[in-house]
Amino acid sequence: MQKLLLLGDEAIAQGALDAGLSGIYAYPGTPSTEITEFVQKSKYASEQGIHSQWSSNEKTAMETALGMSYAGKRAMVCMKHVGLNVAADPFVNSAITGANGGLIVVSADDPSMHSSQNEQDSRFFGKFALMPILEPSNQQEAYDMVHYGFDLSEKYLIPVLMRITTRMAHSRAGVVRREVRKQNEAHLPSDLRQFVLLPAIARRRYKHLLSNYPHFVAESEKSPFNQYIDGHDKSRGIIVCGLAYNYLMENYPDREVPHPVVRIGQYPLPKNMIEKLVDACDEILVVEDGYPMVEELLKGYLGVGLTVKGRLDGTIPRDGELNPNILAAALGLEDTFGLPIPSLVVGRPPMLCSGCPHIDSYGALNEALSMLAKGRVFSDIGCYTLGALHPYEAINSCVDMGASITMAKGAADAGMIPAVAVIGDSTFTHSGMTGLLDAVVENSPITVLILDNATTAMTGGQDSAAMGRIEDICKGLGVEEDHIRVVRPLKKNHDEFVRILEEELAYQGVSVIIPRRECIVAIDKRMRDKFKNKKTATT
Amino acid sequence: MKKDIILAGVGGQGILSIAAVIGYTALEQGMFLKQSEVHGMSQRGGDVMSNLRISHNEIASDLIPFGQADIIIAVEPLESLRYLPYLSKDGWLISSSTPFNNIPNYPDIEEVLNAVRGIPHHLLLDADTMAKEAGSVKAANIVILGASAPFLGMDFELLENAIRVIFGKKGDRVVDLNLNALKAGKEFAELHQKN
Repeated sequence: MQKLLLLGDEAIAQGALDAGLSGIYAYPGTPSTEITEFVQKSKYASEQGIHSQWSSNEKTAMETALGMSYAGKRAMVCMKHVGLNVAADPFVNSAITGANGGLIVVSADDPSMHSSQNEQDSRFFGKFALMPILEPSNQQEAYDMVHYGFDLSEKYLIPVLMRITTRMAHSRAGVVRREVRKQNEAHLPSDLRQFVLLPAIARRRYKHLLSNYPHFVAESEKSPFNQYIDGHDKSRGIIVCGLAYNYLMENYPDREVPHPVVRIGQYPLPKNMIEKLVDACDEILVVEDGYPMVEELLKGYLGVGLTVKGRLDGTIPRDGELNPNILAAALGLEDTFGLPIPSLVVGRPPMLCSGCPHIDSYGALNEALSMLAKGRVFSDIGCYTLGALHPYEAINSCVDMGASITMAKGAADAGMIPAVAVIGDSTFTHSGMTGLLDAVVENSPITVLILDNATTAMTGGQDSAAMGRIEDICKGLGVEEDHIRVVRPLKKNHDEFVRILEEELAYQGVSVIIPRRECIVAIDKRMRDKFKNKKTATT
Repeated sequence: MKKDIILAGVGGQGILSIAAVIGYTALEQGMFLKQSEVHGMSQRGGDVMSNLRISHNEIASDLIPFGQADIIIAVEPLESLRYLPYLSKDGWLISSSTPFNNIPNYPDIEEVLNAVRGIPHHLLLDADTMAKEAGSVKAANIVILGASAPFLGMDFELLENAIRVIFGKKGDRVVDLNLNALKAGKEFAELHQKN
């Protein structure tokens, strides 16, 4: 078969297409975005009618995928790790309902927080929900695991979590494809009450899940992704999860590790395999990207009995992404280092693009608020979060999708009047709308700026569900029409923008101001595409 | 043969095009490849880097260990210095001398260039001017790639062929100016690599 050069994300998408996917559901989030984009760009997917349009948020994505699974077809849902928090309710309950058509949930963790607000480890969510988890160590495995995951999902009628990290998602390598499998025919679950989680049924379903768990462990014991590799030096046994295997191997150019190794790519942990390692070796080194999940499990809270080394005892740093040098140090091997970075090298942080509409919005907002005490602007997740940095220094919070509006309301409840929320168009329809309803219900004195740049900019310009709907949504939620103001954030409109802000800041109720101008990167991309299409049309 | 390459620059300067040309050439020769990229927020005018590993044997880690990169290919001089911890003892640093100044505290450019000149094996070239002469300043990344060519252990003709394939969709003019840029970089390297 053909060998393709694919990002980890793309390998997962290709794997899904080849394994008989009927629909992919997602909200963009680095480093998971390219999975869905790959399906959106696939000619095969559009010919086969495979669903790939963006969802409003991760919760709606998860629920829609579950609905497709209910109807008997294979579905995949993708998100970044913090997206799994948003989708947690349907995610955890989907283990109780179980699946019908194969269902894979891909969650992309971001150790070292390359573009995230935390480095939470999705494996805990899988364990919490009692779901099997797959964790690839290379692009080929990522591809193969999708086939395997759908089979596992359909064998036990259980959703499967696939956990990747930024490094896996955004690294390219060769992938050999398999034969393409057909989509499932639609078919109902054999028990039409399987998905009805009334307490009486939920108790039965939960017992069913619990009784399946030992089978999940048994599957892990015989999984092609878990492996016991013997070694002659039993002074130490090594457990490596996912990518950690590669960093271990990097330290042995002949690929011969002297110690016994257990390589993990599927959870729950293969108990017999680990027991064998523990029995054979004097101490265990656990290497895992993310949190010390396996390490904690083996060590126990009191750390008595087994000698376990890893992130908890400082053998490996407690936080941050793994790399080959961290492994070298942990193994007591010779480490290498090039030259130190000269002291004159300064940071080059990301910044708002020149010509970005957010620059004009923050210019106006800072001026309108200049007469008030500082520290009253709650913001959200998007390019505009860069407004926290010099020279704008315009915002005081960035917590999670949608938190700007609700935090502003809470601050207003505490007497901080006026309180301001700054949120993007796509983030607003992701999780801002319900918070705005809370504010409307109590007529809270907050001013909400919905920065409408007509795209989901930070993740690379995906379609925004808010497009053309913001005023109607705000009106529908009950914001008074007089206090929904639209302005075009341009230098020439600066004075008008400041005046509108001052008027609405003075209003003792909910105001929404919509600075509307398309993202300049999106315009650029649109123009290039237009030019390209024109050229194709004429040739 | 294996080459571990760090590609460095600022978002939008075209380091991924360099990676694409080297990657294509490596695959044509049946080599293994792993290439780790930066996506998302860091791209907005921030520093970007990519780990590109090519080898005739299977590659383990997606990340190059510190102290083991054979080449740092940088399209910006300040960025070339940021990844020095990766450079191996005998490794080469190839960098453009043209600063990309989008930060208020960009250090004195002469000091930056002197720091580059202090690296045992380095090539510093005015890629922007050379690219302009080749047909477009946009090809500065390919000039830098050309200057790296003697260190890649690949046939120059294969790199040229990769340029033809990768830029082919953009028309003959773009292909030709990139081929000129590649050649100009290579010739510079052959003249100056003795140090």
